[in-house]
Order: sequence, then C-alpha cells, then structure tokens
Amino acid sequence: MNQEKKTADNRNHSLPENSFYVGLKDGVPIALGYLSVSFTFGIMAVGAGLPVWAAVLVSMLNLTSAGQFAGLPLLLSGSCIEMALTQLIINMRYALMSLSLSQKLHHSVNILDRLLVAFGNTDEIFAVASSKKGEVGKRYLYGLILTPYFGWAFGTLIGAAASSLLPPMIQSALGIAIYGMFLAVIIPPAKHSRPVLTVVIFSVVLSCMFRFVPGLKEVSSGFVIIICAVIAAGLGAVCFPVQTRKEKD
Amino acid sequence: MKPLFWLNLLVMAGVTYLIRMVPLVVFKSKLDNERIQSFLYYIPFTVLGAMTFPEILFSTGNIWSAAVGLMVAAFLAYFEKGLVTVALSACGAVLLTECVLQYFFTA
Repeated sequence: MNQEKKTADNRNHSLPENSFYVGLKDGVPIALGYLSVSFTFGIMAVGAGLPVWAAVLVSMLNLTSAGQFAGLPLLLSGSCIEMALTQLIINMRYALMSLSLSQKLHHSVNILDRLLVAFGNTDEIFAVASSKKGEVGKRYLYGLILTPYFGWAFGTLIGAAASSLLPPMIQSALGIAIYGMFLAVIIPPAKHSRPVLTVVIFSVVLSCMFRFVPGLKEVSSGFVIIICAVIAAGLGAVCFPVQTRKEKD
Repeated sequence: MKPLFWLNLLVMAGVTYLIRMVPLVVFKSKLDNERIQSFLYYIPFTVLGAMTFPEILFSTGNIWSAAVGLMVAAFLAYFEKGLVTVALSACGAVLLTECVLQYFFTA
C-alpha cells in the first residue's frame, strides 16, 4: 500500500500533469468560488445601470474580479484612457503570474495554446496550477479553465437577473469565499516550508502597512499587490534560493 | 447601448488580456538563472498573501464576522482541507456570526 503510494508520488514529480479530466475536477472548486463573486458582480452591474446581457458580456470578455468591479463605474461614463489605466494598475499582477506560469508549462504547450491559456490565467486558476507538482500541460489547463469560465459567466447571469432577491446577510457571507480559497492554497505549503512561511508573512506585513500607515495608504491597491509580491519574493530569492531542475542535468 | 460602453468594454478586455498574454508568449523557454527561478517560485505565495491580507477582514458585512471567518478558514487550511471545504466553512462561520450579532443587537 505504502509502496504503491510512493511510486504514484514519484510519477507526479517526473511527468507533467496533462489530463483534461483532472483539470476539470480541479476547476470545480474554483467555479464554485466564482459563482458567489460573479453573483455579486451581476448584482452590482445591474445597480450601475447595465442590462443583464451586458453584465454577462463583461464577465465573459474579462474574467477578472477586481478589474471588473473597478471598471464598472467607468464603463458607462469614464474615458477610455481612465479605463485603460485602471485595468493596467489593478491587473498588472497578472503579468507576474503569467511570467511565473510560463516557467511551469510543459514544452509541448505551443504559441496558440499560450494565447488561449493566457485569457484564463486568473488569480485562482494560477493558484491551483502553481500548486501542482512539476510541469503542467495544455489539456490539464484547458480543463482547469473551462468550468470556472462558465461558473463566472453563469454567476454573473443569475446575480444580474435575481439582483436584490438574496438577503444581504448571505451576500455578506459569500464575500469571504475567495479569500478562504487563497488561504487553503498558501497555508499548507507555508506549514511545510520555512522559507515559504517567511516570505508570505513578509508580504502580508507589507500589505497591511500599505493599508494602515498614513502616506502609504494613498497607493492604489493594484500597485500594493505588485510591490509587496515583488519585494517579498525578491527577499525569498536572495535569502532562500531554491534548487530546481537539478534532475535535468 | 451607448457607443462609449462598447469602446470602454473593448479597452477593458484588451488591456486585461494583453497583460496576461505578453509574458506567457514572450517567455517560451525556461529561465536558467537560479535567483529568477526562486523569485518566480515564491511569487504565487506572495501575491496571494498580499491579496488576502488585510482585505479578508473587510470582505464581509463587519470586521467581527470576517475575523471569525478568517480563523475558521486558517484552522481548516492548516489541517490541509480542500479549497471548497475551507471556502464554504468560512462563509458558514461568517453567516453564523452575523446571525448571532444581529440577534444580540436587535433584541
């Protein structure tokens, strides 16, 4: 029994994860988390004056929570320069994530696949793909993106259609769902690895300083995430360099 | 729909997509530098850490229910429960706390 588990683990280390089915399965919890967030987006979009179909269209073309919430008031009345800057600042963190993900892709993932996968590189999909041991393949990624994508669109649809039907207390409780998911992604590795724990705590402390310290408070939240993530990961790279790809030599 | 909506929607989706797409297409080969590899290894944890804190405390109706939700989520995550379990338990804890708070403040 033990022996069997060991060989299965070894296999995970050497082969890329490339099963569409496993991807679908891993995508279900993300889709569930998305339902609640996009539901809230749907409600707010209708409140901001968008028709139901437009709210769904925004979700299907963007697939980003913070960017959509911030862009909502600009859609009907903002200038497109303002919109471009808002999205750039709030979503710049995706560039870091895409850079990180580019190093995790199996070499069989070609340009066309990359163009498609890039669209689905959200915080949560990135988090789950990163939590896989070893490299990931395109079939796994397509599976991983598919369910959350429809979860995001469907949640927006029912939120926009049923806006104000849900009691505020339920809406409030659903607000914590994505953060709960993030904790489930970062805490287990932090428990097993001292460097990861140190780096996470450093990033969290920095982020809290930007929220509460006068002066630093003025920096927009999109920038704060980038600044904290880059400084903390930089500290990790200097203090605790990791040895990877040794098996390749 | 006003033309402004379509223009803004196009800009919104275009900028968001380009940010995600360019690094993924430009960096096709593995970076060899150990420092850069380490940096990218830590990025998911630092990004998610900075996104979660202190934002999680302001993600619900009030800070007290959020604090209870945070504790429940952290506890379950520490014992390596699945993503859905952790997320839904946090929601449940928030709901319960807000019911209790409302009971005491309206009674």
